[in-house]
Amino acid sequence: MSANKESWGSRVGLILAMAGNAVGLGNFLRFPVQAVQNGGGAFIIPYLVCFFVMGIPLLFIEWSMGRFGGKYGYHSTPFIVDTMGKSRFWKYIGVFGIWTNIAVAAYYCYIESWTLSYVFHSIIGTFSGLDQDGVSNFFGEYVSLGVSTLGVPYEPIVFYILCLLLNTWILSQGLASGVERVAKIGMPMLILFGAFLAFKGFTITAGENGAINDSSVGLNFLWTPNFDQLWSPTVWLAAAGQIFFTLSVGMGTVQCYASYVRAKDDVALNAMSAGWMNEFVEVVLGSSILIPISIGYLGIDRVTELVQSGGLGLGFRALPYLFYQWGDFLGAFSGVMWFGLLFFAGITSSLAMGTPWIGFLMDEFNWRRKPAAWSFGVVVFVLGMPTVLFFKYGVFDEYDHWAGTVSLVVFALLETILFSWVFGIRKGWQEIISGADIQVPNIYKFIIKFITPILLLWVFLGSLFTPKGNDWSAALSGNWILDNSSIINRLANTSLKKQLAAATDPSQIEFLQDQIFFVNAARILLLSVWIILALLVYVAYKKRLREGRI
Amino acid sequence: MNTSALVVMLTTMLLVTALMIYFFVKVITIPPKPEPDSYLDNDDEVDRQVPKPQ
Repeated sequence: MSANKESWGSRVGLILAMAGNAVGLGNFLRFPVQAVQNGGGAFIIPYLVCFFVMGIPLLFIEWSMGRFGGKYGYHSTPFIVDTMGKSRFWKYIGVFGIWTNIAVAAYYCYIESWTLSYVFHSIIGTFSGLDQDGVSNFFGEYVSLGVSTLGVPYEPIVFYILCLLLNTWILSQGLASGVERVAKIGMPMLILFGAFLAFKGFTITAGENGAINDSSVGLNFLWTPNFDQLWSPTVWLAAAGQIFFTLSVGMGTVQCYASYVRAKDDVALNAMSAGWMNEFVEVVLGSSILIPISIGYLGIDRVTELVQSGGLGLGFRALPYLFYQWGDFLGAFSGVMWFGLLFFAGITSSLAMGTPWIGFLMDEFNWRRKPAAWSFGVVVFVLGMPTVLFFKYGVFDEYDHWAGTVSLVVFALLETILFSWVFGIRKGWQEIISGADIQVPNIYKFIIKFITPILLLWVFLGSLFTPKGNDWSAALSGNWILDNSSIINRLANTSLKKQLAAATDPSQIEFLQDQIFFVNAARILLLSVWIILALLVYVAYKKRLREGRI
Repeated sequence: MNTSALVVMLTTMLLVTALMIYFFVKVITIPPKPEPDSYLDNDDEVDRQVPKPQ
């Protein structure tokens, strides 16, 4: 018998935990940058369309798959998907639902530890008196394990370990007493902190406290619709991609949380409530902080330049400096609010990443929760250290690309095919509406069977064969040259090899050679972890056969 | 703000906020199903227990 007899404490707790799983750093750092890069206000149209035809269906699919697997005592995706398809290979597809979480947690907990560290540095006033370059250099030195302002050697590693210990301890307390309790505290705090910063974002006045623009300049920049961009496949792909990352679908965490819901209880309303809560945090709060404040103090040109390297640069290199334009006290206070909300967003997601592994060990090998939780901490630490130590060689980005991007699309595509075509939409639909507290529109039966898998396939193929410069019109007219960001060129290290061929400085050549080595080593490491997990699933399957449980 | 940006922003924010509140209010106002349900906190509430067959 499985040692896994856990339950959620309350329905609201489950929804907050599930919303916390979805709400992550990307809600505040990725969404506004994606919107700016893809047509401003017009991005919201493809974004919401993708939410309705891909996000909501995937939430329905994953919630109902989880509850279905839970009926048989399964709490992780390998055996949840195994109950839905007759072929034995499905359980190995389900390995993605554990692997992704372990690999993503390895680097995600590192970013989470930055936020924890920055809360601390905001409190002790590290950023007070620093100019913009000083704050930016602090971040550069921090991630390269440079000089520590606290006098603690390898400060980022210390914070990383602290963060992992905190995650592991919370996970060891169980679902209701650990994960759910943190969500019940973290989500309201996050919304409160976000509301305060959004208010500041909406009330910037040019000429006051060093601001060069009113809030309206940043908000115009973000929300003015550029309808010409609506016809660009790139914008639609970006919108679909954002929906993936923001909802944490294709990871296996939703199934894991939902597997603790009993068969007669609702999943449809729960899915909608958690999903829309995530959208509120992303669209309402996420769009009102980073861009309006940055543009208010730095101007459009500087922000346009900074967003090219993503939201992390703005969030960690610029905002701590900008907050201090409001004075020392408000600067420190806003720093605590900003990094505090990022920390709560991060930890509610990283806790979710631990639950599939713990569920798997408890279900299949009768581990108790505490040792299972600590084993998660150890595995994540071992797998995460290369991202910390070799950050400058791009190991962190490799993990993010393969585990945090490609794997989500692959798993979501395969689980959708399994749910609507192998398990069958008739049975699948019954699973969605069984015990439902809302009337699910029948149109979703059609969307789940046809639209969602086609969209997912398009997203996957679009990433596999991304045309050069995202120029789809040139590609579709016959001149299809692969972009270096396409999965195929990325796998072949095309960009790095080109840089190496063009390099003349011996130190740069050496650095690029090292980078290629570390990038390939990171891939081999990730692949090895996947294979080990697949072997564990095989051993668990054989154990089930021996015990007559299949 | 310019009119088109204001319209897009307000429409989106109001729509998303309204739907978030609507579904969350529905969750907290719909009566829970009789025991045994998925949640521990209400296990001891007397009026939610399924009567035992006579």
